[in-house]
Amino acid sequence: MTTVSMTVNGRQVSADVEDRTLLVDYLRNAINLTGTHVGCDTSQCGACVVHVDGRAVKSCTMLAVQASGSAVTTIEGLATGDELHPVQAAFREHHGLQCGFCTPGMIMTAVDMIRRHGGQLDEATVRHELEGNICRCTGYHNIVKAILDAAAKMQMPAAAE
Amino acid sequence: MGMEGIGQRVVRKEDKRFITGKGKYTDDVKLVGMTHAHFVRSPHAHAKVVSIDSAAALAMPGVIAVLTGAELVADRIGNLICGWMVHSKDGSPMKMGAYPAMAPETVRYVGQAVAVVIAETKNQARDAAEAVAVEYEELPAATTVAAALAPDAPQLHPEAAGNRVYEWSIGDKAATEAAFSGAAHVVSMDITNNRLVPNPMEPRSAVANYDSGDDALTLWTTSQNPHVARLVLSAFYNIAPEHKLRVIAPDVGGGFGSKIYIYPEEIVCLWAARKVNRPIKWTSDRTEAFLTDAHGRDHISKAEMAFDADHKILGLRVHTYANFGAYMSLFSSSVPTYLYATLLSGQYVIPAIYAEVDGVYTNTVPVDAYRGAGRPEATYLLERMMETAARQFGLDPTDLRRKNFITSFPYQTPVIMTYDAGDYNASLDAALKAVDYAGFPARKAAAAARGKLRGIGFSCYIEACGIAPSKAVGSLGAGVGLWESAEVRVNPVGTVEVLTGSHSHGQGHETTFAQLISERLGIGIDQVSIVHGDTDKVQFGMGTYGSRSGAVGMSAIVKAMDKVEAKARKIAAHLMEAAEGDIVIEGGEFKVAGTDKKMPFALVALAAYTGHNLPDGMEPGLKEGAFYDPTNFTFPAGTYVCEVEIDADTGKTEVVNFVAADDFGRMINPMIVEGQVHGGLAQGIGQALLEGTVYSDDGQLMTASYMDYCMPRADDLPSFDLHHTTTLCPGNPLGIKGCGEAGAIGSPPAVINAITDAIGHNDMSMPATPAKVWAAIHGRAAAE
Ligand code: FES
Ligand code: FES
Repeated sequence: MTTVSMTVNGRQVSADVEDRTLLVDYLRNAINLTGTHVGCDTSQCGACVVHVDGRAVKSCTMLAVQASGSAVTTIEGLATGDELHPVQAAFREHHGLQCGFCTPGMIMTAVDMIRRHGGQLDEATVRHELEGNICRCTGYHNIVKAILDAAAKMQMPAAAE
Repeated sequence: MGMEGIGQRVVRKEDKRFITGKGKYTDDVKLVGMTHAHFVRSPHAHAKVVSIDSAAALAMPGVIAVLTGAELVADRIGNLICGWMVHSKDGSPMKMGAYPAMAPETVRYVGQAVAVVIAETKNQARDAAEAVAVEYEELPAATTVAAALAPDAPQLHPEAAGNRVYEWSIGDKAATEAAFSGAAHVVSMDITNNRLVPNPMEPRSAVANYDSGDDALTLWTTSQNPHVARLVLSAFYNIAPEHKLRVIAPDVGGGFGSKIYIYPEEIVCLWAARKVNRPIKWTSDRTEAFLTDAHGRDHISKAEMAFDADHKILGLRVHTYANFGAYMSLFSSSVPTYLYATLLSGQYVIPAIYAEVDGVYTNTVPVDAYRGAGRPEATYLLERMMETAARQFGLDPTDLRRKNFITSFPYQTPVIMTYDAGDYNASLDAALKAVDYAGFPARKAAAAARGKLRGIGFSCYIEACGIAPSKAVGSLGAGVGLWESAEVRVNPVGTVEVLTGSHSHGQGHETTFAQLISERLGIGIDQVSIVHGDTDKVQFGMGTYGSRSGAVGMSAIVKAMDKVEAKARKIAAHLMEAAEGDIVIEGGEFKVAGTDKKMPFALVALAAYTGHNLPDGMEPGLKEGAFYDPTNFTFPAGTYVCEVEIDADTGKTEVVNFVAADDFGRMINPMIVEGQVHGGLAQGIGQALLEGTVYSDDGQLMTASYMDYCMPRADDLPSFDLHHTTTLCPGNPLGIKGCGEAGAIGSPPAVINAITDAIGHNDMSMPATPAKVWAAIHGRAAAE
């Protein structure tokens, strides 16, 4: 057992876990943040994507101890109070989710994608960069639309709307 | 029609919890004192269980119990059932072997459970499962139909001689023979429908809790139909009487059919929770899901179609072998029979049809319904035949189809179904316009100039949704009725709760069902809650599969609403001293026609509960329930057109254009309908291009992870071009047909027809992987 501490969604957390505990299990079971999901055991599906120090990471690929001391953001920490993050709002607006299981990982991947590309996103880039996230429900059509729309809106100052 | 009523593209009410990480799935459930289960699974496809030594496992930290199949059987926990009795053509009932939840004596597929470890933590249970020493005596295995039907094949179940479950037939054999003997042309094909793994993104999970004070059990589970789960667990498996068992299917992360069934793990967790007197959670990992979720499809067929000199179809003859896997799953028997062969008429006038279906046991995971269930197999066969026939005749494939379309309704096919309404030319026209068929030769030439092979393929599908009516399916062997129930509870303040037996696992019922109430009562969808998925809240229901929630589930709500409105009308008439027949409900108000008298719905509701001033003899309250049993299936249909470009150097196929023109009858929320189609298309295109389940000859599942089984990803798919035509379903009050499976049913033949058009070579099976396509282009034996 090791005490693993980190900042999750701006809150300092600490828990004793086995050394082999994955970050996703730490978040789901030790910290009780169940928004981050597990969809596979081979780091293929992306249901578990969170941000570690601002970058998208598959939390099933990282040990909790490796994230010790980091700042982690999960889907629960993305909105500001009642105000949805623009990517969250765009997923709703464009019906980019059905069962919602892949959705937290999709949104966290999308936020990082937009951060890296800014407004330079086009459909081909979005589809290519979504390769690490599997959705079985939506056929991706509306997810792609949502990400492109959010990217455009996040570039645009609110005053211009 | 209000802003949130029928036909509006309303964004979903349920999304908020999903996009903020507040969805509550079964694996999110935590109970005080909860323990964890891990199953010990067979590494062999076929073997005798000689002995199980749990001593080492029991000595490990945190281990509470190791329970075996022998103990399960000793406790008289029942074998898993198949809920639809199909008879062979000689009249004999299907031949089924026993399917225990954990194998006490013989394992018949890799992954079948023989024991379960219960421990304090998931890791402890997993570690200890490794230490359970099981001695097996390996037996020879058969993983394909051909291997299982070979004269010297290993026998899976003593009850099923030759591994044959049934030899079933439908249609008129003599009339079909006569049609062929008089034919000018006969087109023949061997057609394989590849085995698929449904792969909902949420792995199956079960949490079982035993309350010794009440002697009652609760099961949270990833189910598409919690009431049927409770019924079957009580009536057949001896788990608990129905009133002492609560089944909750909370948020469920996709099902696609694979979460209809009762699985061994749910039975074992409930049984074990009582035994160890602690709550138990089991959550499948992905490889376990590949090894144990019911697979789909897996048909091998020989099909022949007879035409007259004018290319009108005279007859269809089909012989299909369905691989059932090692055991009969809950609805498996009905899939290649009543859900498949009854759709073999497609959109066409086929005067004579005769189909034979042989169900076969093999040493593979049990096969059951997967998105579309039988209809994708029928559509693939027919639409590959039609395109192939057109090519043989030198006709345009759309002309051959038009020549044979059914154009007058109702239409009785030779295989049971009576199609109630449709306009197949309309959807073909819409699709052709959208795809710019006339411009295809120019696009093909332009592609050729870029060194690419371009092809176009069609598919005119029909599906049968909302399986029904109960009386008819009962006469065909179904063990359940196929109605739906609903209860509408109006609260004293005028908000509404709708309790439905349908179950949403991504279909957006919380929004569409509320839109129906909004349409009827003129109240906002925020004033409406949809309650589902909990047997303690909803009295009974049949769940969601086969695109039945709209056509059947919403029809039940309509019936309950009719009763609510009738009573509310009486109350309003009484309060406003008007005739009941003069009350009109409009924009949330009850108005007296021809006067300015009106009162808001909320006040009528309040009056029902205060009871101060009700018509004489009327009971207070405003709450009504209804059961709705449909009179027929509904028949959505449409035309799909796929255009592909193939890189001859790599064999890689790119879907460059996909047009879908569907007729779903009335759409409650077109945005949600389109989302359903997108998802279905992705699964169908996945089947055509990428997905295939591969077993080794000795029964190891070679595609048991996302590393090996190719799921469609965003980069593999195009944006889809959707269109709608509308003929209303005359059979239900809303005119709804159902849309959930269309994409998966219609798309595979369109894709393969496009590929075979591009490569000029008709011998292509699914999935059309780059290796196979390359081999077909370059004339080499396909690298399977
Ligand atoms: S759970 Fe992390 S990638 Fe699938
Ligand atoms: S919404 Fe269900 S898996 Fe993506």
